[in-house]
Amino acid sequence: MYTQGLDQKGQSNEKRSALESAADLEAFQKRIDAEEKIEAKDWMPEAYRRTLVRQISQHAHSEIIGMQPEGNWLTRAPTLKRKAILLAKVQDEAGHGLYLYSAGETLGTSRDEMVGDLLTGKAKYSSIFNYPTLTWADIGAIGWLVDGAAIMNQIPLCRCSFGPYARAMVRVCKEESFHQRQGFDIMYELSRGTEAQKAMLQDAMNRWWWPSLMMFGPNDSDSRHSAQSMAWKIKRFSNDELRQKFIDATVPQADFLGLQIPDDDLEFDKKTGHYRFGEIDWSEFISVIAGNGPCNKQRMARRRKAHDDGAWVREAALAYGEKQAERRSAA
Amino acid sequence: MVKNRPSVGALLDSATRGTEMNSKEWPLYEVFIRSKSGLSHRHAGSLHAADDQMALDHARDTYTRRSEGVSLWVVRSSEIVASDPAETAAFFEPAEDKIYRHPTFYEIPDGVENL
Amino acid sequence: MKKDDALLAYVTRLGDNALILGQRMIEVVTLYPELEEELANANLSLDYIGQARLFYTYAGKLEGKDRDEDDFAFLREGNEYRHVLLVEQPNGHFGDMMARQFLFESFYLLQLEAIEQCSDSSVAEIAARAVKEIRYHLRHVSQWVVRLGDGTDASHARMQRSIEDLWQFTGELLAADEIDDLFHEKFNGPDLNAIRDQWHSNVANVLKQATLEKPGDDWMASGGKQGRHSEHLGYLLAEMQYLQRTHPGANW
Repeated sequence: MYTQGLDQKGQSNEKRSALESAADLEAFQKRIDAEEKIEAKDWMPEAYRRTLVRQISQHAHSEIIGMQPEGNWLTRAPTLKRKAILLAKVQDEAGHGLYLYSAGETLGTSRDEMVGDLLTGKAKYSSIFNYPTLTWADIGAIGWLVDGAAIMNQIPLCRCSFGPYARAMVRVCKEESFHQRQGFDIMYELSRGTEAQKAMLQDAMNRWWWPSLMMFGPNDSDSRHSAQSMAWKIKRFSNDELRQKFIDATVPQADFLGLQIPDDDLEFDKKTGHYRFGEIDWSEFISVIAGNGPCNKQRMARRRKAHDDGAWVREAALAYGEKQAERRSAA
Repeated sequence: MVKNRPSVGALLDSATRGTEMNSKEWPLYEVFIRSKSGLSHRHAGSLHAADDQMALDHARDTYTRRSEGVSLWVVRSSEIVASDPAETAAFFEPAEDKIYRHPTFYEIPDGVENL
Repeated sequence: MKKDDALLAYVTRLGDNALILGQRMIEVVTLYPELEEELANANLSLDYIGQARLFYTYAGKLEGKDRDEDDFAFLREGNEYRHVLLVEQPNGHFGDMMARQFLFESFYLLQLEAIEQCSDSSVAEIAARAVKEIRYHLRHVSQWVVRLGDGTDASHARMQRSIEDLWQFTGELLAADEIDDLFHEKFNGPDLNAIRDQWHSNVANVLKQATLEKPGDDWMASGGKQGRHSEHLGYLLAEMQYLQRTHPGANW
């Protein structure tokens, strides 16, 4: 099944992968085309495995880092109910990270390796979490916009070809819809509040709208990995398709909240039935991905600190576990 | 038996040095949940824990927050013995042509009841 | 003091302990030593916030001045909070946090079990729910005390220090004041004399398993239950109450 122990025992898979004949690749593609699920120890092209490890671990890292901008308002949540709800949401994010690391580990990499790549800066995570949460309204905006965008991405992934990833996504999607509603609920309450609260709301909208659109990734024409990912049913819709879907769903919600969307070019096109929108500032996206967003360094520093500060605890727990095992076998 | 312990100061210093010393991971466990009485345990995913009790607690916190379980099993991943996917054909296909194992293979003559 | 005032004061204390400890635990989100512990500690914190809400709501009802759970949590002055000093101590490292929770919950579980039997059915009902949660908490944190005490030499040293540093705050848990006495006499509430012995015995057991030394009872800090807190509380409240104080009367 999913064990690294089994990796060492079963050599025939490694031998076959090394050869990767045209026949193997064709047989694999046939399975994909037939909507069969690929499981952890099935034969797969090395590139398929690598792509999945990269995508799954990035996804997991995003969940973990994503806990930080939202966690930033836990101690200052304005009511006990909001505090509890936000904590449950942040907890879910930790859980999502865990399901995803778990799925990643079925592909022969370890949690330590994946986390190690995050901490050295080698692995990426979603650009959106490099922005600061400056007010309580930001927490609403994240739930409504960021989780909304994430849901657009995640629902198709429930049908991804790789079994463990698809199953993890089913679990995640079940929990995610509460997240978006929680965010919208916060926005709705603020929209009916004091002048100061309404101003807080619009300010959050102004800062989170464009970064949320960037979450869907570069335009299809600029997207390097897409074609192969689509063929292997790791990706099921294109970046632009999902981005358009998100905008179409969200603009009416913004109207309902009485919010201005910070895009002068936004306009409903009656012929296509979709919203036309302005040009995304891709230089900002590239800059943030490269490590120069407002919070990149801070996010990584906090994650590293948690890891380093916790080393003595993890070691102690292991040492105790080993002592227990010795005592049991001696008994 | 009394161990000679190093000075507290030295120990506290060494405890703050962090990652240099820690390269061993907590072992991986697989989690199985029975969601309701009457159903079997189903595989839910995996997690890391330093011992069995911790694994159970973590499984509870990770996989049963929405009342999804009445019973949890955790097993060290290294203890699981699995069929080798490379041998799938030899392992499973021979069963496919022994259709006489299925009741539908047999035609019951008209008029015979309770078979 | 009138017996109804004693009941209100006692219930408010229970809410305060839960809120302040919950808040302390929440401060550490994203800083726990392992992902699985983030999930565990979030569950424990959620239990505390939930308990605070129940105790405060009942306190509001008893008071009869239309104050709700958020009024109690966000709109009181520092000296109106009556939690024990132990729960407002700063977080420190993971060992400090486990020690703090272990020492407090060894007491809190016994207190709740006694409150379950008291004559006020509302607070007994809340206690019945809380008891299940705290039973799980105590097992979890006791296990950590044992793991860290009997882990590596370094973790042993740290844990010993944590227990010793926090020991001065344990006296307040077990020392009855006027409100404790009234709640015991008039409402069949917890008898701190009985709880004291049990607490010492339970704590000694776990410390022994953890290969840790049980500190002697020297000077004990007190004052929390009377509203005389440490300098830490002001900062905790400033952060927690910020939005409500900045936007008086707003809905969230």
